[in-house]
Amino acid sequence: MKDNKITLSHGAGGRLSHDLIEEYFLPSFDNAPLRALDDSAVIPAQSNRLAFTTDSYVVKPLFFPGGDIGRLAICGTVNDLAMAGAQPLGLTASFILEEGLSLEDLKRVLASMKGAAAEAGVQVVAGDTKVVEHGAAEGLYITTAGIGAIPDNVVIGSAGAKAGDAVMVSGPLGDHEIAVLMARGEFSLQGEVESDCAPLNSLVQAMLKACPDIHALRDPTRGGLATVLWEIAQASGVGVVVEEGEVPMRNEVKGVCDLLGFDPYYLANEGRLVAFVPEGKVKAVLKAMQKHPLGKEATVIGKVTAENAAKVLLHTPIGGHRLLEPLSGEQFPRIC
Amino acid sequence: MNPHKNQDEGKLASRLLKEIAAFADLPMRLMEVCGTHTVAIFRSGIRSMLPPGVELISGPGCPVCVTPAGEIDRAIALSRREDMILATFGDLMRVPGSSSSLQEERAQGRAIRVILSPLDAVKIAEENPDKTVCFFGVGFETTSPAIAAAVMEARRRGLGNFSLLSSQRLIPPAMRALLSAGKVNIDGFILPGHVSVVIGKAPYGFLAEEFGLPGVITGFEPLDILEGIYLLLRQRKEGRTEIEIQYSRVVQEEGNPRARGIMGEVFAPVDARWRGLGTIPESGLALRDGFSRMDAAQAFDLPLQDIAEPPGCLCGEVLQGLVRPPECSLFGTRCTPEDPVGPCMVSTEGSCAAYYKYGRGAGKHEG
Amino acid sequence: MCLGIPGKIVAITENQLAVVDFSGVRREVSLMLCPELQVGDYCLVHVGFAMQRLDPAEAQETMELLDEFLEASGESS
Repeated sequence: MKDNKITLSHGAGGRLSHDLIEEYFLPSFDNAPLRALDDSAVIPAQSNRLAFTTDSYVVKPLFFPGGDIGRLAICGTVNDLAMAGAQPLGLTASFILEEGLSLEDLKRVLASMKGAAAEAGVQVVAGDTKVVEHGAAEGLYITTAGIGAIPDNVVIGSAGAKAGDAVMVSGPLGDHEIAVLMARGEFSLQGEVESDCAPLNSLVQAMLKACPDIHALRDPTRGGLATVLWEIAQASGVGVVVEEGEVPMRNEVKGVCDLLGFDPYYLANEGRLVAFVPEGKVKAVLKAMQKHPLGKEATVIGKVTAENAAKVLLHTPIGGHRLLEPLSGEQFPRIC
Repeated sequence: MNPHKNQDEGKLASRLLKEIAAFADLPMRLMEVCGTHTVAIFRSGIRSMLPPGVELISGPGCPVCVTPAGEIDRAIALSRREDMILATFGDLMRVPGSSSSLQEERAQGRAIRVILSPLDAVKIAEENPDKTVCFFGVGFETTSPAIAAAVMEARRRGLGNFSLLSSQRLIPPAMRALLSAGKVNIDGFILPGHVSVVIGKAPYGFLAEEFGLPGVITGFEPLDILEGIYLLLRQRKEGRTEIEIQYSRVVQEEGNPRARGIMGEVFAPVDARWRGLGTIPESGLALRDGFSRMDAAQAFDLPLQDIAEPPGCLCGEVLQGLVRPPECSLFGTRCTPEDPVGPCMVSTEGSCAAYYKYGRGAGKHEG
Repeated sequence: MCLGIPGKIVAITENQLAVVDFSGVRREVSLMLCPELQVGDYCLVHVGFAMQRLDPAEAQETMELLDEFLEASGESS
């Protein structure tokens, strides 16, 4: 590779494309189906039901404290599968590279994806690369798809919450969105906030071992905790009550929310989950979570009620309550 | 720095509420002037806890809500100029002008930058000498000293490409206009804590002296607000009509004289139009002659159009405390945060947005 | 109308600028409106300007007075 930047020729399908794949992509995702370089990856079916997901990643900047677009792509896809209780069978990753992207940056992203995939115990079995002209892709976009196997005795979905369930989160909220916002530098904020970006599949497996009958699982990404709780309340036809004082959040994240006037319940997370657990199993699930590195700060934040169906109520520290609605439109920083 | 954090907030709150209930035998209508109070009240859940005798009415202290659509249009027109970067607070991005909004304009590719401080606009001007940078300055007395300081800083740095489109307003004249109109029925005021950091206690004197109404300068934490409400009820119980400071940890009786001085050096009071209240004498701020070179309205010949309210929109009445958001026929139907008709639904602290986000369905006797 | 956030001054640089800490996050803040503030002081910050010194002792005292008063009311009612 003579130059140190991506050019349109890398996407033409000829020699340079082949070299790019051989030198950069294959070593990052070394596995049998991928090495075959066939048009499709062929993997053995392992269960009666499959979880199937797709996502696109366009985050700016490409690199931020705690992660990058590559790690985000692997973890985000694995987590979508994990929320269905699925063991990931394989991922695909398609790359749209902007002409002018530095090969060093590409290498970094791919190495990060390799690391995240290893953490998750998953393989990228198929992929694609295209190159677009300068200005059309802001460096790099990644689109993924993922397939996972769901064990027969696991039935988890947004419609599964039941009155009496406990609502739990696996750790402090808002780290990812705030880390990325600070990395963008738009508001000249200095601080040590790292994205929580992580693959949650092994945490979910540990939770399912303690309680195969978990009712609902969601990762609060775009739209945050409020949106996810609202969707579950709607789908399950139940009420959700959250104790504001119990929701974990780092002081730095609170500080940034104060400064920008953000409502923390709408912040995106990329390595946290919300679980709806039947009453009798709360202790066991909490114990299993707290034993796992990604669930050390897991805690109960609320419960499900039959009253106030399809609504999410926040109990405030002074003893009052307010409705938590889903996010409508992006949050702008405010001064008033 | 929240002094209440070490206390058991719940316990103190219920004790305050008990006192409030004891004094609420006769109904009391309190106006929270400040939009930030409206949001704080909803977020804290206080509305769900007050006894039925205490009614809270939202007032015109939402600078975004009272900015006429014509002024939004002027900012939009500026942003459409080739050589222009428009800097604005995030609050203004979604406010509808007569046909567009700053957010929509940004989506069309206009150079519109969201900033946290007027000094950020000065920095942008310094970093972009080939562009004109206009700061859309909206706010009340809390914000005006900062805007004034930024104007002085731009002059100090000799930035010929920095200008200000001023849409600033003053609170006491608006309160006077509201009371003089005689339409609204209020028993007391929860006064804006942060405006008062700048102006102090004296400017509110006329409320007690001329209109016989008490006011309490209140902070924004839930216990601050409960204490403010309690102090107002206590005044009535004790037959007093005074202006008190609850927010004493930052509000001094004399306010911040230096901030007022800087404000006064740069800005002069002018008549201003308020959405819903009409034109109020000496209720706005404009650059003094010495700074007129930085006045965007003059420099770019931007006529101010008088835009009629959209049909059915009751923002004006809501801002005066005459109507509650759910009483507007458009509320929650044609007018929602995703698709707002008027600014009260758009602004994060507009009464309608606050009611929509925090108040619908979570009534006083629920939960 | 106005978000005012309490923060602690951790450094004062040149030209009336300070670095203020808000729960572990730091931003540059102008002292043009409050030039008498020192490192270690708490202040109320609005749109990147320190607006007034925040007095922690006053804050604590206010709370204690409120506490006492409510205690007394509780006993007498």
